[in-house]
Amino acid sequence: MSSIGTGYDLSASQFSPDGRVFQVEYAQKAVENSGTSIGLRCKDGVVFAVEKIITSKLFEPTSNKRIFTVDSHMGLACAGLLADARAIVEIARTEASNFRAEYGSPIPIKYLAERVSMYLHAYTLYSAVRPYGCSVMIGGVDESGPQLFVSDPSGLCHGYFGSATGKAKQNAKTEIEKLKLTGMTCRELVKEAAKIIYLVHDEVKDKHFQLELSWVCEESNWKHAPVPKVLFDEAEKFAKAALQEDSSDEDEEM
Amino acid sequence: MALSLEHTEEYMRDPRKHQFSPYADNGGTSIAIAGDDFVMLASDTRLSQGYNVLSRNHSKCFKLTSQTLLSSTGCLADVLTLTKILEARLTNYAHEHLETMSTTAIAQLLSTLLYWRRFFPYYVSNILVGFDEDGKGVVYHYDPVGHMEKMTYCASGASVTLIQPLLDNLVGGKNMKDGRTTPITQDFAKRLIHDGFVSAAEREIATGDGCTIYTITKDDVTEETFKLRKD
Amino acid sequence: MNISRQLVNPMLWSGGPVPGEFYEFPRICRKTESDPLKHTLYPSTSGTSVVGFTYKDGVMIAADTKGSYGSLSRFMDIDRLFKATDQAVLACGGDIADYQFIKDVIEQKVRDDECAGSMKVLDAGSLHCWLTRVLYNRRTRFDPLWLDCVVAGFKAGKPFLGFVNKIGMAYEADEIASGFGVHFSLPMIRDARDKKSELTKEEARKLMRECMKILYYRDCKAHHKYQIADITAEGVKIDVCDFKKETNWDVAFYGN
Repeated sequence: MSSIGTGYDLSASQFSPDGRVFQVEYAQKAVENSGTSIGLRCKDGVVFAVEKIITSKLFEPTSNKRIFTVDSHMGLACAGLLADARAIVEIARTEASNFRAEYGSPIPIKYLAERVSMYLHAYTLYSAVRPYGCSVMIGGVDESGPQLFVSDPSGLCHGYFGSATGKAKQNAKTEIEKLKLTGMTCRELVKEAAKIIYLVHDEVKDKHFQLELSWVCEESNWKHAPVPKVLFDEAEKFAKAALQEDSSDEDEEM
Repeated sequence: MALSLEHTEEYMRDPRKHQFSPYADNGGTSIAIAGDDFVMLASDTRLSQGYNVLSRNHSKCFKLTSQTLLSSTGCLADVLTLTKILEARLTNYAHEHLETMSTTAIAQLLSTLLYWRRFFPYYVSNILVGFDEDGKGVVYHYDPVGHMEKMTYCASGASVTLIQPLLDNLVGGKNMKDGRTTPITQDFAKRLIHDGFVSAAEREIATGDGCTIYTITKDDVTEETFKLRKD
Repeated sequence: MNISRQLVNPMLWSGGPVPGEFYEFPRICRKTESDPLKHTLYPSTSGTSVVGFTYKDGVMIAADTKGSYGSLSRFMDIDRLFKATDQAVLACGGDIADYQFIKDVIEQKVRDDECAGSMKVLDAGSLHCWLTRVLYNRRTRFDPLWLDCVVAGFKAGKPFLGFVNKIGMAYEADEIASGFGVHFSLPMIRDARDKKSELTKEEARKLMRECMKILYYRDCKAHHKYQIADITAEGVKIDVCDFKKETNWDVAFYGN
């Protein structure tokens, strides 16, 4: 570990002498232990992809999903403690439904992301609570077009074209940077997203994983939905083929 | 001359001319007759509201267990709620005790449920039929607030005033010189129910369209229907 | 009590606002202890009949688009019918505000089900049952939703048509109407069914148009423009129809 709290890490309500809140940093570590998740925003929508690490073969394939629907037009992909993420999803859904009840229109994604961040931030202020151990990517399409935001345990919230959280976020971000996101369509991005997840997956550390893909675009009727099976299979095939190619390139170099 | 409400034009009047009533009378009639080894419960199938026939195919009998049947007439909204609660309580009992509730227990439960709403009653006439501890057919009759009476025959609902005297005479033998000496047979009971409904449908507008008769014996519950006048 | 309130929050001038009043959150309702709780016990803007019946391929249901304020024809283009899911449509007569309220609640409920995933789609049977409980509950609290609801759609793969009203009185039937429809449309539908037990889609549409037309002629709160929903195994199709041009008002000029 980069630093040790030396007594200043017991409470989220206390700074260390050099101005850090260790509890929040530890929470961010919890995020880095989780499988990678990425969110991509392009000209016609938003795509989420998650590397769901399978710790037991006895799990059902649909269990412990890490992509959630918050409102019909909006999805949420998480990295970190899943149970914490579920609590945040519940908060986000309540926010979204309250907004609809008050104003009769879908909640702007930026507004929701900021509300969720305020909530996350509140849990970094008190000694009686612990910060949430997860980062959430909130994305979808609203009146101002495709949107993607990432909130982390500290309560920070940024808008992105593409972002990654979890274990291999650095590698994933490098891969995302290679894409011309603003010029691409969701259909193309689904494949790229699948490829990145396959690429950054570390077979040595985690043997099994399951790919989760979802999107919001015209094809999904502007609703957040899992990518259709046909396209999903295609994307997975594409990802595996790219991976094969990649490893054979490496072999040649050797 | 002062403007009085009676002479105000309709369009000038306050739109609030309706008055809310939580109750409705949806009609319906039932008859129950118990024998030594059987019990019959029958109800008509008309659902009405005032002069309107809402449905011609609406039975008022509910099969609660394989040995117990309930018939509820009156305010349909209350009928639906009461039977739903009762069915939920029976399911709960079955899960907790690993056996179905006996007719006598259900009879008491129904009375309690009704009395709980003593000051905002279910506007419902109930008849519960089944078998008592000795295995004899039994009929329980209720008033809307939970008064319960154990009987061997009774009528309830819209046409109770037409049918009950008929039953008192032919089943109960009330104030007859010799009274009734032979036990009630299934055949006799069925004919009586049939004739009772046909007569009631002649004179009572909330009774008609069709009739369903349920016959419960130790072994099973059978159902048969016949038509009544539709006007 | 008024005095104590004045002490805590003196008004700027008599009958005027309390300082800070303009800056408070709009939905906070400050109830004084002496005010009794008030409920809507009569409808204001209301819709008239709803007509629905089953036919060979599914269910058809219609409601006109007028909103009346007492005897005043107040609104001419109101919707009183909406698609809840691919298997359930709700149409209401009665208070329009209550309809819009229950519509919002149902739409959010459907979204919640969607978010939860893996849940089966809310079908007409479930929606009807749910409405029974909601409306009965409200009537028991003497705070009714002033509605005549007709739910149409599918229940466990079979066509379904059900009715619930403001007191929670509910039933299922092959033809259902509310309001004046009970008097005018039900006999027409039952008559058509006596002649031919299974109506085709075209016959059903024609019959519905005829029902709406008769209602328009005889019910002064009915309208010539109406929404019609056709629910089949393929899903829900909602159209807006208008038969104004077909109506005949020669009788109005009689003797002129």
